[in-house]
Amino acid sequence: MKFAIQINEGPYQHQASDSAYFFTKAALEKGHEVFRVFFYHDGVNNASRLTTPPQDDRNVVARWAELAEQHDLDMVVCVAAAQRRGMVDEGEMQRNGKDATNIDPRFRISGLGQLVEAAIQSDRLVVFGD
Amino acid sequence: MSTLHTVNKSPFEKSSLDACLTHVSGGANVLLLEDGVYAATKGTAVEQRVKEALDSVKLFVLGPDLLARGLSEERVIDGINVVDYAGFVDLAAENDKVQAWL
Repeated sequence: MKFAIQINEGPYQHQASDSAYFFTKAALEKGHEVFRVFFYHDGVNNASRLTTPPQDDRNVVARWAELAEQHDLDMVVCVAAAQRRGMVDEGEMQRNGKDATNIDPRFRISGLGQLVEAAIQSDRLVVFGD
Repeated sequence: MSTLHTVNKSPFEKSSLDACLTHVSGGANVLLLEDGVYAATKGTAVEQRVKEALDSVKLFVLGPDLLARGLSEERVIDGINVVDYAGFVDLAAENDKVQAWL
């Protein structure tokens, strides 16, 4: 079965990103396909490559990036939500005249159409948030 | 058409569980996760409400989130099924859609 995952909450806030991660991992382990993970609203903060949690704490961003690496996951960050929160990739840096980028390379910035497409293409859309 | 409803907030903090239980129709499945697991425990102010809901809907609770809060499975109201993340995935697959009560 094809799953799409939507995350509306940032890391280390409550539990949405953790729940979504463990759900996604369990789905992949069961042989399901995860069509896309879409980060929306404060969820875009899950994509910051500059995240540095204490060593004895989980690294939410690195954990997503590793899972994406292992399973070739498509992890999309909403562009409008990202711009508001200062989440920047190379393209956005140049387009908006910024002097830095902060998105982990396993994530990509794109539009809301990617969420709509994921909802259409997948059998289930599972939403995690606050 | 069956729906899996997910509730992730404590009934003592938000009204999402009450809204969900008021809305759902017979045969629906409701999964309590994150702080929502508090609603699955015995001896709370919402226990009666939850027990009544069991007459018409199936209730599930995410085991890892119970354990993370120091709640053992013995404290779960009879009739509520404890599932792990793999069980959560199965529930999402078995139902036609998943509705998060955020």
